[in-house]
Amino acid sequence: MPNALRQFLTHGGKHQRQVMFWLLLGALLLLPFITDALLGRGWVRIADFAMLYIMLALGLNIVVGYAGLLDLGYIAFFAVGAYCYALTGSPHLAIAFPMLFPDGIHLSFWIVLPLAALVAGGFGVLLGAPTLRLRGDYLAIVTLGFGEIIRIFLNNLNAPFNLTNGPQGISRIDPIRMGDISLNATQGIFGIALPSVHLYFYLFLAFTALVIVISQRLEKSRIGRAWMAIREDEIAASAMGINTRNLKLLAFAMGAMFGGISGTLFAGFQGFVSPESFSLMESIMVLCMVVLGGMGNIAGVILGGVLLAILPEILRHSVVPLQQALFGKTLVDPESLRMLLFGGALIVMMLYRPAGLWPSRVRRRELDSDEAGVV
Amino acid sequence: MEIFLQQIINGLVQGSVYALVALGYTMVYGILGLINFAHGEVVMVGAMLALSALTAMLGWGVPPLLALPLSLILAILGCMALGYSIERVAYRPLRHAPRLAPLITAIGVSIVLQNLAMMIWGRQYHAFPQLIDNQSHLIGGAIINDIQIIIFVMALAIMASLMVVVHRTRLGRAMRAVAENQHAAQLMGVDINRVISVTFMLGSALAAVAGLMVSANYGLAHYYMGFLLGLKAFTAAVLGGIGNLRGAMLGGLLLGLIESLGAGYIGDMTGGFLGSNYQDVFAFFVLIAVLVFRPSGLLGERIAERA
Repeated sequence: MPNALRQFLTHGGKHQRQVMFWLLLGALLLLPFITDALLGRGWVRIADFAMLYIMLALGLNIVVGYAGLLDLGYIAFFAVGAYCYALTGSPHLAIAFPMLFPDGIHLSFWIVLPLAALVAGGFGVLLGAPTLRLRGDYLAIVTLGFGEIIRIFLNNLNAPFNLTNGPQGISRIDPIRMGDISLNATQGIFGIALPSVHLYFYLFLAFTALVIVISQRLEKSRIGRAWMAIREDEIAASAMGINTRNLKLLAFAMGAMFGGISGTLFAGFQGFVSPESFSLMESIMVLCMVVLGGMGNIAGVILGGVLLAILPEILRHSVVPLQQALFGKTLVDPESLRMLLFGGALIVMMLYRPAGLWPSRVRRRELDSDEAGVV
Repeated sequence: MEIFLQQIINGLVQGSVYALVALGYTMVYGILGLINFAHGEVVMVGAMLALSALTAMLGWGVPPLLALPLSLILAILGCMALGYSIERVAYRPLRHAPRLAPLITAIGVSIVLQNLAMMIWGRQYHAFPQLIDNQSHLIGGAIINDIQIIIFVMALAIMASLMVVVHRTRLGRAMRAVAENQHAAQLMGVDINRVISVTFMLGSALAAVAGLMVSANYGLAHYYMGFLLGLKAFTAAVLGGIGNLRGAMLGGLLLGLIESLGAGYIGDMTGGFLGSNYQDVFAFFVLIAVLVFRPSGLLGERIAERA
């Protein structure tokens, strides 16, 4: 864990960095209480969602940022993870197939989590295997198509047998449990009452930290350097003896696994999943986080994730009252304004700051020295 | 048999619209080697512009047979301006940037257009006004109506004239030269920027026509109609061999046929397991299959280069 955060705090001596690390950790641990007191419980929930998005963005960062493969259907892996837990952790199967599963499956979350990650990774390989020898822009379209296929199937697989319950989605998913403790109820530790959103906050914080550590280890590893070599020049990379196809597949699978893990957590937290949560716009939003923050830079991607997860809430709280005050009615709803800003941000970022708000140093050097990089 | 014939007719009409849109993708790809992701939204804007103009003019008492061509011209001009600005703003500054960059701006443009359209025209479906007495004809037990005949004939005529422009005029020669080798064309005195702008404008004009056709055929227009249509038209372009004009036309018609026959028979083929609500999935499977087995498409000569 200290290694993971040291990256943020590279200035100053070792001692100073350690102090900074403990300060940051303390601040993060206190964050739900401070947010709760200052802004209300709704914002703790938003912070929980922000962390799910950060995990997604870091997963996509492996595919887009490190390996340079534009994946426009990334949310499909999130969906796969979410439905894995929704099916195995809810009474839905008992209702749909009373003969096969009289009581439903109700597997523990901790068993489903690695399984869901594997299933999502498997889907990643399944999608990657036939398409990875194609050029980047084809890949973008095929992944987009894949994301839509998954969504269409989730939407329609309520007939002839009811697997996904169609557009209504699956509800009453079991909450996540740690041993005997359900995260869906207020728990007291050392006399401090911890509401459900706080408990999920700490769980997600732990997972986010794990994902950050893995990302960082990958970035520095042989594999990560090979990914970046492929991103910069695939032909040169394969001339250097890198097995480009296998490594691209690995990037796809790793990214998909992070997506799957995040999706499983989402299903447990939300208690309800429906195909609506996995639209193309969600894929675009995660992509926005990666691009806006800085492709290939973990800190940048986290920044992007936080900004874009909070932005809709800020818009919701500011746009409507502002318009009411100015024009006396709501002309532009915050939802479409949000998407408009995302789209605009993608264009402006690519034109003026292609490396993102917080670019990785390597990436910036590359973009500065090689303006006319022919890919 | 009647059903089979009916699906063929529906497929050809729908396919001719795909072909028009696919031409826009393929022309830009042929010249810039870039997928113009926002092209589907241009179709949508064309449909919405034409529909708004049409409704307004009918409201002022303009006779329908005058209002239709006028609104079509308006939509074409609007889309040409849009296509020109998209190229100027989102693609031209990034012509020498890494490949990922223009792709991401293209997605950005597409989202912006979609949401602007939603703000202007709202979330609701807009009905296409009844202009002509749309009579149905029986051919061998299948039904074809006047609008479908007009769409099909008009699409064929437009494609034929595009071929003439590309193969017989000075501009067409310049376009082909730029597509073959930009630098050499420039040395021969071709104004590359102008040719690229014109290509975008031509593609957008076709998109406007296609937009009007789609909304006339279904009787509806909607801010979200461009996305799926664009994706399918892109599939058509890849199916025919991207960068190849004849390929785009062939691919469009074929995809239309595959889709309507598939939707008509998927229930029987899978024993009722999958229904016609999976119609939209076909295009994606076709796309993946083509990219895996024949990435250069049916008529494409070039083998898709790597990296």
